[in-house]
Amino acid sequence: MKIVALSGSKVGTKTKTAMNYTVKSINDKIPETDVTLIDLADYDIQFSDGRNYLEYAGDTKYVAKTIMEADIIIIGTPIFQASIPATLKNIFDLLPINAFQDKIVSLLVTAGSSKHYLIAEQQLKPILAYMQAQIVQKYVFIEEKDFYRNEITSDDVLFRIDRLIEDTVLLAETYIKIRKEKEAAYGF
Amino acid sequence: MENYRIDTSKGLEFGLYTLGDHISDPHTGKRISAEQRIHEIIELAKLAEQAGIDFFSVGESHQDYFTTQAHSVVLAAIAQATSKIKIASSSTIISTLDPVRVYEDFATIDLISKGRAEIIAGRASRIGLFDLLGYDLRDYEELYEEKFELLLEINKNEVINWSGQFRAPLNNAKVIPRPKDGSLPIWRAVGGAPASAIKAGYAGVPMFLAMLGGPATSFKRSIDAFREAASQSGFDPAELPISTAGFFYAAETTGQAQREYYPYINEGMKLTNGRGYPKQHFAQGADPRDVMNIGSPQQIIEKILYQHEVFGHQRYIGQMDFGGVPFEKLKKNIELIGTEILPAIKKHTARK
Repeated sequence: MKIVALSGSKVGTKTKTAMNYTVKSINDKIPETDVTLIDLADYDIQFSDGRNYLEYAGDTKYVAKTIMEADIIIIGTPIFQASIPATLKNIFDLLPINAFQDKIVSLLVTAGSSKHYLIAEQQLKPILAYMQAQIVQKYVFIEEKDFYRNEITSDDVLFRIDRLIEDTVLLAETYIKIRKEKEAAYGF
Repeated sequence: MENYRIDTSKGLEFGLYTLGDHISDPHTGKRISAEQRIHEIIELAKLAEQAGIDFFSVGESHQDYFTTQAHSVVLAAIAQATSKIKIASSSTIISTLDPVRVYEDFATIDLISKGRAEIIAGRASRIGLFDLLGYDLRDYEELYEEKFELLLEINKNEVINWSGQFRAPLNNAKVIPRPKDGSLPIWRAVGGAPASAIKAGYAGVPMFLAMLGGPATSFKRSIDAFREAASQSGFDPAELPISTAGFFYAAETTGQAQREYYPYINEGMKLTNGRGYPKQHFAQGADPRDVMNIGSPQQIIEKILYQHEVFGHQRYIGQMDFGGVPFEKLKKNIELIGTEILPAIKKHTARK
């Protein structure tokens, strides 16, 4: 099972800190899993111009292709100006319609204010649903106060991330199993 | 219809098309050489002609896993190797070519083939060729519209006065040779939404409609939109042929056809498009209402006749060689078409 952990912003450190912990926790608990961290701050990605994702070059192609090859995508995102960052939306725009079909997607959201809690529910999930993702419904919402100098200080947040990983993998395993059974029944 | 060399009294025309893809057989992981693939395409056209198939066309794709970039050259070879079958491009990417050169090529193919050549002009679903041939992707729409218009103009008039944005002006320019009967059937390639079909209708140009999969009634919307737009522009829709194009594969039973063709479509789509073909959609494709003509000969006959009833189209062309299907299987398909499918379709659609 291939997991991509996508840190969706070039700004700040909170989302990156949460994603680093997420990847470390996956490696500790399920070491046999193939997990790739993509921190968008490390890549130079062009804006979508509508072409097929295979036709981009360099970092843009690498990131799009890595996401398309994943079974699970764990998206970490901050909330800016009451919405998701443009860097993350651009990733969605680079990918084909139905890009997340047969993929499991789960979410970690970092924000400076609790007022941003429903942004993921109202703005991010509809995009993922449109792109046909199987979404892990419950997401981890982490506020400013839970971080101190590139570390998560709240055990509650750490527990919630660990549960999110478990739920994500469980949904993926279950979904893959159901899909395999269904596809075997087609007989081709 | 005569302008487009279509005799409706003979019933629905049946054709085959290839995009010229060049992909490893997923069962063996082996890929034949480009040389062999091109020769097999030419051979396929000959076999199609012998089986009584009406039409054969070759597409232009400038990207990895394809081999008929110079599709007009391949068509010239087919013109020489055959004597009855209609031949065409599916499609010519007019946006990134010079319409004058395209016309010279296809008029020549028409002369070599003694009046059998047609052009289907499209605008590419992939964009690598814009860089390769030196065009700006941002001109995607306008390049297609302007160059397609010029192509139609050249088809109407031997001497051209024209100026536009993307090509040097033509002043009393003579475009020769002329095709055998003075003009070529030129079609507009249309995919997806009715918006594209409407443009073909407004221009009063026959339409080639690509259909990957889905219920025939959904594609009917594009066909209705085309005819309505043509009427509004003062054209008689009864004079404008419509052709559909989609996946085709015949085997003894529908289950066998699905088992044989699915791996090719799925792996081929992954390589050329970046996503496989979802099994669920492919399974639904067997439904009599779905446009995907994959199944037993009887199943395919029923589907094509149903589609003909819904669309009232003049030609259907099938793509059966996608994804590295071995030549033996293609020959088997042609045999089933020639002996079972074609006679039944003609019997039910020809005017008695």
